[in-house]
Amino acid sequence: MPNEKIRFEGVTKRYGALTVLDKLDLSINEGEVVTIIGPSGSGKTTVLRCLMTLESIEDGVIRIDGEPLNMMERDGTLVPASTGHLRKMRRKLGMVFQSFNLFPHLTVLQNCAEPPVLALGVKRDEARKRAQELLEMVGMSDKHAHYPAQLSGGQQQRVAIARTLAMQPDILVFDEPTSALDPETIEEVTSVIRALAVKHSYTMLMVTHQIDFAHDISDRICFFDKGRIVEQGPPAAVIDAPSEARTQQFLSKVAQAR
Amino acid sequence: MDWRWDFTFDTVLPRILPGLWVTVEVTFLSFILTLVLGLVLMLARRSRSRIISFAAGEFIEFMRGMPLLVVIFFLFFLLPEVNIYLAPFWTGVLAMGIYNAAPAAEIMRGGLQAVPKGQWEAAHALNYSTYRTWRNVILPQAIGPVVPGLGNLLILAFKETPLLSFVAVPEMPDAARRIASETYRFTEPLTVVGILFLILSLASALLIRLVERHMLTENRYAK
Ligand SMILES: Nc1ncnc2c1ncn2[C@@H]1O[C@H](COP(=O)(O)OP(=O)(O)OP(=O)(O)O)[C@@H](O)[C@H]1O
Ligand SMILES: [Mg+2]
Repeated sequence: MPNEKIRFEGVTKRYGALTVLDKLDLSINEGEVVTIIGPSGSGKTTVLRCLMTLESIEDGVIRIDGEPLNMMERDGTLVPASTGHLRKMRRKLGMVFQSFNLFPHLTVLQNCAEPPVLALGVKRDEARKRAQELLEMVGMSDKHAHYPAQLSGGQQQRVAIARTLAMQPDILVFDEPTSALDPETIEEVTSVIRALAVKHSYTMLMVTHQIDFAHDISDRICFFDKGRIVEQGPPAAVIDAPSEARTQQFLSKVAQAR
Repeated sequence: MDWRWDFTFDTVLPRILPGLWVTVEVTFLSFILTLVLGLVLMLARRSRSRIISFAAGEFIEFMRGMPLLVVIFFLFFLLPEVNIYLAPFWTGVLAMGIYNAAPAAEIMRGGLQAVPKGQWEAAHALNYSTYRTWRNVILPQAIGPVVPGLGNLLILAFKETPLLSFVAVPEMPDAARRIASETYRFTEPLTVVGILFLILSLASALLIRLVERHMLTENRYAK
């Protein structure tokens, strides 16, 4: 019986009158790689932002390792989570953004070494050593003294991945990690993500428009439309032989665009 | 035009130099107040409470439309009415400090807005505490664009000090006026005051340039 890592139970998110997530149920097991695909505005990013507690939710519960994220149990009832609870839960999560969001005033090495010191209390030397190893892993150790503005998009995203890994999360969340990249630099980033999925067997939740890449690394594909999961299953089913008309429509549009 | 050097050195300078010191003191003390109040105003403006942010916004707008002299007179004549007795010097510091807090708040807000939203989100995702987010992510990026703006405000503050002579703060123009009315000689006192102001402005501009240069080498992120 695999371990359930993440669970969305009836999660609803609204912006004013607009319901972006409509009673979403989604469960992800340990080591599983799940990719969300779907049209623009369907709520893909919102799923990730709610998981990262970057957004509040109006209804439902998100659980990590069985424990509620946005709520906590006290005397048998659920109450809104305290800051301490949120920080404890967030330790398990790491997010890679579409626009990298590296700290522009820090060098590549500092970007990766400072967060564990400031947020986890790791010793400086230790954080530095670990950051160097991670930069080695993503092929960026030769640029450790550069500032983000001196790097290409692909290089920045690889540093951002190293920075996320430096916090030692269990779960990796990627929001369109290659959408802001020049076509030539996409491959250097996808190969790093592929290694994380295959070699390091992280639990991963990803949003991407790169269908081939999603097919390649995912255990499961969720097709999203209007804040709901229309269809989900292994890539061989959802991408190669979708059963829902809306999925077929979306995939043929994507195929045309290429 | 006759210019008397002996008069300049024996009478004018000795009486105006203490005024120079007063000008510098008023400016710096009021500027400290400006920075503190500006920060408070800026935070109030960003407050989640609608009432607080509205009040701060209105105060800023109100101060913008108000001449400094009115604020000075207002405090000078009104404070005693509510039984607060301050020396003219401190009334001046207070008036200028409050007056410049509004633009200071706007400059600081601009610096903060220049930090992209993604930086807050990255800090959140990396589990930074609120203190660490401000101290290590936001402020280092916000401070760069803010320094030139606040520097200009400091120079403006120097130039505003003569208004305080209306409420008898003994700074430079006040001393010059007194000399002139006693001796009927205007040229030397006013010229000396002008030159001293020029020196003050140049010195503070230089100071600001140095601070900027320092921050520029420290980062501006090696473009
Ligand atoms: N802060 C916000 N305020 C109001 N509406 C928002 C906000 N953020 C997102 N939305 C709306 O929520 C819906 C879902 O947005 P979301 O970013 O999750 O879409 P997405 O599936 O990630 O799309 P894309 O493929 O373009 O990134 C959209 O209609 C969007 O306009
Ligand atoms: Mg999105």
